[in-house]
Amino acid sequence: MAPVGPRSGDAIFSSIDRVNAELFTLTYGAIVRQLLTDLEEVEEVNKQLDQMGYNIGIRLIDEFLAKSGVSRCVDFKETAEMIAKVGFKMFLGVTASVTSWDADGTCCSIVLEDNPLVDFVELPDTCQGLYYCNVLSGVIRGALEMVSMKTEVTWTRDVLRGDDAYELQVKLLKQIAEEYPYKDDE
Amino acid sequence: MGREVAESCVDTMLMEMVAMYSGRFYANKPELAARRIEAIGYQVGHQLSERYTMERPRFSDHLEAIKFICKDFWSEVFKKQIDNLKTNHRGTFVLQDNKFRWLSRVSIDPSSTSGETEDPSTPGESKAAQAVSMYLYFPCGIIRGVLSNLGIPCAVSADISSLPTCSFVIRVKA
Repeated sequence: MAPVGPRSGDAIFSSIDRVNAELFTLTYGAIVRQLLTDLEEVEEVNKQLDQMGYNIGIRLIDEFLAKSGVSRCVDFKETAEMIAKVGFKMFLGVTASVTSWDADGTCCSIVLEDNPLVDFVELPDTCQGLYYCNVLSGVIRGALEMVSMKTEVTWTRDVLRGDDAYELQVKLLKQIAEEYPYKDDE
Repeated sequence: MGREVAESCVDTMLMEMVAMYSGRFYANKPELAARRIEAIGYQVGHQLSERYTMERPRFSDHLEAIKFICKDFWSEVFKKQIDNLKTNHRGTFVLQDNKFRWLSRVSIDPSSTSGETEDPSTPGESKAAQAVSMYLYFPCGIIRGVLSNLGIPCAVSADISSLPTCSFVIRVKA
């Protein structure tokens, strides 16, 4: 029977196909490592990780909508809660919390205490400018863009850089009005 | 049971890794893209083998190490074992997975293939077969990484006779 209405992140995570997180973590680590060798510039690596995340996000949003049964969020606050409570849980098996809202409700922080991407990771001194988890910010940006929200996602805290948690600032730049009929032939 | 993540996280990450190297960085140099993707796999295989062999005694011979890949290693990574293992007893091993997970959702555009059989090693390969073979450099690298960490230098290639069946051919270097 198809689920009616939104399901909790835990329920979805326990029902979908899962794999060993070590494979995921080590593969991501190996990709970052290879990019650092190939591109040399840390800035460029950050850019590519973000691009990779963006491309992943525009795919994952479909799975998110299909499996969560979530319908339209009333405002950006609800959207952020969905990402933190359902999104992170159903894909990475961890929960995040939403804090630091600004007055007009368009900018907030998503705080991750647990992050499977960084198990086994330590950054050497030569990688100081690296945003190791930049793929995550790209995923959120890509996914939200597919549901008509243009956002800017930046890291404000990073344990690998000496902070006490992972914190992403998500800023809503604009809501893109849906335009149709779409021009199929272009 | 250790930590888990959604399978789609791994699937999409591999897809994007291949797209990044074979599409954005080395669009006109598939052999360079292949080498990078294989290197990433090698690194992963090297590290995973460290973790999965921690509690085991040393393997007595090549066959024992290969059997470890077929059973324990494959189960950890793909939740199934290799379906068929063949060897010529002279250093060549063929590991066949009848439903290789990373290819199970790959489809080939029928208009761009010449026949039903694809072999990534034939020179006149179709574009589609080449695209699929890009995905195979990663698991080939993983297997080579595991074996070389176990002290067995080798070359690994993949054969796709009928998707999603996939055979990995391991040639141990004398």
